[in-house]
Amino acid sequence: MKNNEQPADRKDSPPQSTGQSRSEFSLNRRTFLATASSALGIAAAQMVFPATSATATSVPNDPSRTPGKTSSAYGTRAVFVETQRQFFSTRSLTPLQHLSGIITPSALHFERHHNGVPVIHPLQHRLLVHGLVSQPMIFTVEELKRFPAQSRIAFIECSGNSGKEWKEPNGTTVQETHGLTSTSEWTGVALTTLFQEIGLKPEAQWILAEGSDAAALTRSLPLASILPHALLCYAQNGEPLRPEQGYPLRLLIPGWEGNTCIKWLRRLKLMTHPAMTREETSKYTDLMPDGTARQFTFEMETKSVITSPSGGQQLENPGFIEIRGLAWSGRGRITQVDVSTDGGESWQTAELQEPVLPMCHTRFRFSWKWNGGETILQSRCQDETGDVQPTLTDLIAVRGFNSFYHNNAIQSWKVTKEGQVNNVQI
Amino acid sequence: MFKSSGTPLIRVGVVSVAILFTMTLPSVAADSEFFATFGLGRPATPTDIHPWDIDISPNGKGLPSGQGTVKEGGMIYTNSCAPCHGPTGIEGPMPTLIGGIGTLNTDQPLKTVGSYWPFATTLFDYIYRAMPFNAPQSLAPQQVYAVVAWILFRNGIIEESTILNAQTLPTITMPNHKGFVGDARPDFSKVRP
Ligand code: HEC
Repeated sequence: MKNNEQPADRKDSPPQSTGQSRSEFSLNRRTFLATASSALGIAAAQMVFPATSATATSVPNDPSRTPGKTSSAYGTRAVFVETQRQFFSTRSLTPLQHLSGIITPSALHFERHHNGVPVIHPLQHRLLVHGLVSQPMIFTVEELKRFPAQSRIAFIECSGNSGKEWKEPNGTTVQETHGLTSTSEWTGVALTTLFQEIGLKPEAQWILAEGSDAAALTRSLPLASILPHALLCYAQNGEPLRPEQGYPLRLLIPGWEGNTCIKWLRRLKLMTHPAMTREETSKYTDLMPDGTARQFTFEMETKSVITSPSGGQQLENPGFIEIRGLAWSGRGRITQVDVSTDGGESWQTAELQEPVLPMCHTRFRFSWKWNGGETILQSRCQDETGDVQPTLTDLIAVRGFNSFYHNNAIQSWKVTKEGQVNNVQI
Repeated sequence: MFKSSGTPLIRVGVVSVAILFTMTLPSVAADSEFFATFGLGRPATPTDIHPWDIDISPNGKGLPSGQGTVKEGGMIYTNSCAPCHGPTGIEGPMPTLIGGIGTLNTDQPLKTVGSYWPFATTLFDYIYRAMPFNAPQSLAPQQVYAVVAWILFRNGIIEESTILNAQTLPTITMPNHKGFVGDARPDFSKVRP
């Protein structure tokens, strides 16, 4: 399978073999685009020529005859791997079509910020907890790290993910249609642990979380709902958080829309009522056809998407293809994923790849034999609460076209006779 | 709100705490005395809290002293806001701040401060913390009162003579103040199609 995507800063041109010698040939200005799809064996990894890469990499013809590189302090990926986020000023998209398993590499975790990624010195950063508490307290990041720690693997999805797919097929690739979701192992201190230290007043019903970015982003969260799950995280996939993910401290509310998981967290205020901030009134509210808007729609609902074959890719030959994808639910574990290879006429159960964790991306796989004909591929998931991923038609019937957020509809990928995979709506 | 009952999502060690906390929230304060503390962190003083305590509630709690007029606001708007939001708050390129009242249930809803925002206090809170985008938290309270007054006046929500301050701002009723409802999901049948 090839990728038809052409990031703007790259040009495709035929492989060159200049500078070849007995033992090595130069890959000057040339690297392989190693993709998950190349593992399908339908097409070898495609050669691309990044205009930006200026340094030559020596590649021995027989690596078993050439001593390799010595150790290094901080590893980098193979020079041939070029998988990238697609980025815009206030967001970047995870290349789901190129990833394997369920963990998103930290460097490829999607971004969404409302006035840039701040630079925060970890020793200067403080968390203030005040309002309806027995004792207002201030913590350094080092102090927070000394509390009993918890880790969990969880997805974070922006509620605007697939938001541009409500009215018509918009994105070309799954990165463009679904790239605002990622999964990491998050480590931090449970909010409950912190409140043992502080003590809550009985009137405390809502908690306002505020970031120290240039948007000073704030959300009000219902305390009783978040207490069992909320983590104050300082680590992601074993390392300190990436700056884009809230370094040095962020909130994680597993399964809730990404905007509630306040990054660069500096303040928690216990309140009786929500503060009705701009991000929970003007934004992150779901406009219904009758003109009312749903507010505090926190949970991300059952959703799945086939990541391979997916939009922008090219099937080379008829024959065996493993359909692969991700499914997730903000309400619990995924219990079933069905795949249709005939535009929803019939459905068959896909295999779920362990681990299957609550509020976490779950990898599914389905063996398919493409007969070379035109067809439409879809996936549909169900979670442990019984929620089934809706069709776009069902979603629109209830919520109309203007709610933008929380689009968890079934995605359709059309395969043409030529093997081209396109984003369509049926 | 979470419906993952039976799923032990909090790991061993704090399970009992989590259950206590969630079952009856009001008992938390009393029970928290029971648990040993970790001896981490330090008490926050009013001097620590004050500079960050900038959120404004719909009842006006948190509004600073000071006041502003529509006229003053117009000048601040032209200098600090118009380059991004357009000369009259309509042209953009950044979000339109004016108009759209009556469009929310149409095919082309225009969500603005005037047509969509349920509380005037949110406008103070947001501008005070996040605008102007290129210099957030640079406006003094009286400048924020003034520019809020200008935006509300241009939306036809207040009179040109209105003076905004901590007393008057929370009394303003926004056109869409009844427009928000709770989370009605799940809103689909659970039967697979
Ligand atoms: C440099 C450009 C820029 C300037 C100057 C600027 N803004 Fe903004 N404004 C933005 C952007 C961008 C957003 C959207 C931010 C987001 O969505 O996170 C915004 C959003 C807003 C919103 C929220 C709109 C909505 O419907 O949610 C308000 C209100 C606002 N600005 C008011 C002001 C005021 C008042 C000033 C002057 C004091 C100002 N802005 C100056 C760029 C600017």
